[in-house]
Amino acid sequence: MVKSRTRRRGERGRAASIGLHAGLLAAVAVSLFPVVWLVLTSLKPRDGWLSAELRFFDDPSLDNYTRVLTATAFPQWLLNSVLTAGLSTLLGVFLSASAGYAISRFRFPGHRSVMWLLLITQMFPVAILIVPLYNLMAALGLLNQIPGLVIAYMTIAVPFCAWMMKSYFDSVPIEIDQAGMVDGLTPFGVFWRVVLPLARPGVAVTAFYCFITAWGEVGYATVFMSQQDKRTLGVGLQQFVGRHWSDWGLMTASAVLIAIPAGVVFLLVQRHLVTGLTAGATKA
Amino acid sequence: MAVSTTRPAAPGGRGGGPARARRRDRPGPLRRALSAHWYAWAMVAPVLVVMAVLIGWPLARGLHLSLTDATEANLGRTIGVNVIPATYEFVGLDNYLEILTSALFWDKLGWTVVWTVACVGLHYGIGLGLAVMLNRRMRLRSLYRVLLILPWAVPPFVAAFIWRYLYNSDYGVINGFLALAGLDGVGWLDDPTTAKIAVVAVNVWLGVPFMMVALLGGLQSIPAELYEAAEVDGARPWQRFRAVTLPGLRQVSTTVVLLGTIWTFNMFPVIFLVTGGGPGSETEILVTYAFREAFTGIRNYSGSAAWGVIILAMLVVLAAGYRRTLRRQGDPW
Repeated sequence: MVKSRTRRRGERGRAASIGLHAGLLAAVAVSLFPVVWLVLTSLKPRDGWLSAELRFFDDPSLDNYTRVLTATAFPQWLLNSVLTAGLSTLLGVFLSASAGYAISRFRFPGHRSVMWLLLITQMFPVAILIVPLYNLMAALGLLNQIPGLVIAYMTIAVPFCAWMMKSYFDSVPIEIDQAGMVDGLTPFGVFWRVVLPLARPGVAVTAFYCFITAWGEVGYATVFMSQQDKRTLGVGLQQFVGRHWSDWGLMTASAVLIAIPAGVVFLLVQRHLVTGLTAGATKA
Repeated sequence: MAVSTTRPAAPGGRGGGPARARRRDRPGPLRRALSAHWYAWAMVAPVLVVMAVLIGWPLARGLHLSLTDATEANLGRTIGVNVIPATYEFVGLDNYLEILTSALFWDKLGWTVVWTVACVGLHYGIGLGLAVMLNRRMRLRSLYRVLLILPWAVPPFVAAFIWRYLYNSDYGVINGFLALAGLDGVGWLDDPTTAKIAVVAVNVWLGVPFMMVALLGGLQSIPAELYEAAEVDGARPWQRFRAVTLPGLRQVSTTVVLLGTIWTFNMFPVIFLVTGGGPGSETEILVTYAFREAFTGIRNYSGSAAWGVIILAMLVVLAAGYRRTLRRQGDPW
């Protein structure tokens, strides 16, 4: 009897199956529709966005894309964003991995306060930090400089990532570290050559988080990067749909171009996302 | 699963970790502790330096500013060779009193609370529903999963712009659908109520994937034996859900709900970019209002710093209270 019941657990009635798939399909439709509509709109001719008629692909054109790439400052913003996000990812992964490893492995004095500090930092609203940070950056001459923005992003990304990396390292058996030490590696050597490679999924998720944070941030970027040629995408794009003039054709085309790198990074790490976040979220 | 709870030797395991550590620390004299811990500190140091310089200092400075009457006009600055000294003064708690006695603040606080509760509630409810569905064995499961996580990969500011276009009263596709159904278009972002619904919808769309992924991971770490045992005991599906699934998700849930609350409370781009706080300042939450205070018109630095301190204080109290409740319920978190 037990046997027949356990077998039945994996199976479902036909109605339940249909319900399940219908539910998921509805959710997929909602999650995809805005993105699909964005792509379709961007492929309309120049003034095609001026209609809400539900026509698909009757007159596809790449006009909006050529205009974005040639007639606006988009390429410059893109370059700025790529540099910012790339540097943020590198630095963020490095900082959070080393801090996460230390918190996970060593019981040093101040260990608990460091953990609390990292958690509390996530609560800091942009509003309280932004003015002093603006003054600080101005004093250091880092306004309108990509490194300045990267450093500011570290305050957003690193606390969460360090927590996530800590949970990852927690799941790597400590015997591995000990074996490395016995073989004559220094603590740093163990971290760099043994444990870090084992925690690759965690690194992937951390990198994804850092990249997405930097790629999509608007508040700091708006304030710190006021110079036209230093703007990042989030800042620059606001110009396309201002209060007095808007061109949704430009907007949608550039939105597609922006979403592509994020989507690629995402596809590369999505395999690790579930395990990664669980480890991170369960223990954070 | 990357989470393993069966390693007695690991120092970071939850619960017993600190106690074990204390035992290990006690016998060592100070010098041994120093030589044993220097590399730990060396590894944490970069993070701490970044935090101290970029959060500690601005925080202290923000606290100080919030007690003054500093604005753009009286803050010291250097123009060419001319150094204009700062002329702002210490005004004590005036800024706080002014904010806490203004109707505007309580108004914004009320909406921020509604916004946070609505968003987190929907995030969690929908996320849990989808996670439970995805946790079944079925065809196309991984495809569904990728498609459902996709909104997460769309940067928030891009999503905000997409939705603004969808909501557009003249060219937006939502009104297009309404027209197709023979209904009149709605000025989604022009009316306070619909604008509020609209921003909540955008944030829900953006935030569900994170919840779903985290809860799905939680579901997968619940041992199948528990379900089997419940079934043998004759538990019906709904009873299994309440007696096995929900307790099994507790650890994940507490964390993601707390994180989600903090993130939503401070959610800046959605409101800033979708409605710009409008119509009027109806959809403005505390964070966007403080930002606007600081960076539009004559920049009111002290006022916005005071807003920031108040927001932070509320979040800290919230987190502490939350943690206390969990502790009382016997959660080691």
